[in-house]
Amino acid sequence: MAEPLHLHFAVDGQDFSSAGQASVTVKKRLRQLGFSPEVMRRVSIAMYEGEINMVIHAHGGEADVYISDTEIVIVLSDRGPGIKDVALAMQAGYSTAREEIRALGFGAGMGLPNMKKYTDEMQIDTKIGVGTTVLMKVRVKP
Amino acid sequence: MKIREIQMLLDAELLCGEDNLDGEVFSACCSDMMSDVLAYVKDQGVLLTGLVNAQTIRTASMMDMVCVVFVRDKAPDEEMIRLARECGIVLMRSKMRAYEAAGQLYLAGLRGNAGGSHG
Repeated sequence: MAEPLHLHFAVDGQDFSSAGQASVTVKKRLRQLGFSPEVMRRVSIAMYEGEINMVIHAHGGEADVYISDTEIVIVLSDRGPGIKDVALAMQAGYSTAREEIRALGFGAGMGLPNMKKYTDEMQIDTKIGVGTTVLMKVRVKP
Repeated sequence: MKIREIQMLLDAELLCGEDNLDGEVFSACCSDMMSDVLAYVKDQGVLLTGLVNAQTIRTASMMDMVCVVFVRDKAPDEEMIRLARECGIVLMRSKMRAYEAAGQLYLAGLRGNAGGSHG
């Protein structure tokens, strides 16, 4: 690919059952483009956790994915409440999710740690009352 | 272990994926918390869970899992079955509780994480 391929998604914050649709679409696209199962899995899991986070905490947001031969960049941005303490949020097991979210199978405090685990690079820009942007990169080994 | 054997061991009702019953499963995972499932990559795994919503199927799909078994006789809706069919995942339900279902598969030789834990 000469130019990175850009995919854009609006993530609906109202409907929990549809959360993850963008990640499923990205995984399909990566498969069509011939990426390895490992790359597909890492990208889609990291993005999926991010998508779920946006739905749980920020009433949805926007997802942009840039695909090139050497790396896949995922940018998730929302206008939610922001993250008070990023270091704390990064700790496995820490969560501010409500009890009803836990009943849906999420809110175990593994979202951000999983996103970091499956990507090569992760940056979080957050401002209280303004929103959060998470940028993740997965490098493609030649 | 073949998916067909899992169905027999758990006395499970098949909900979709009849064409894939001869598929092989190399590891298993039992949890109602999807982020815990997402934390460890399994090799062609089966998921035992009491969590019944669309995210169960999406999680299994992200992890390239080949089979999901709902324990405690939980029933998914049509939309979930459609989603599983689309992802090529075999869906079943068993009357067993999670602990018992996991024990049956473990006794029959299916271990937790054959493929290591790194993503």
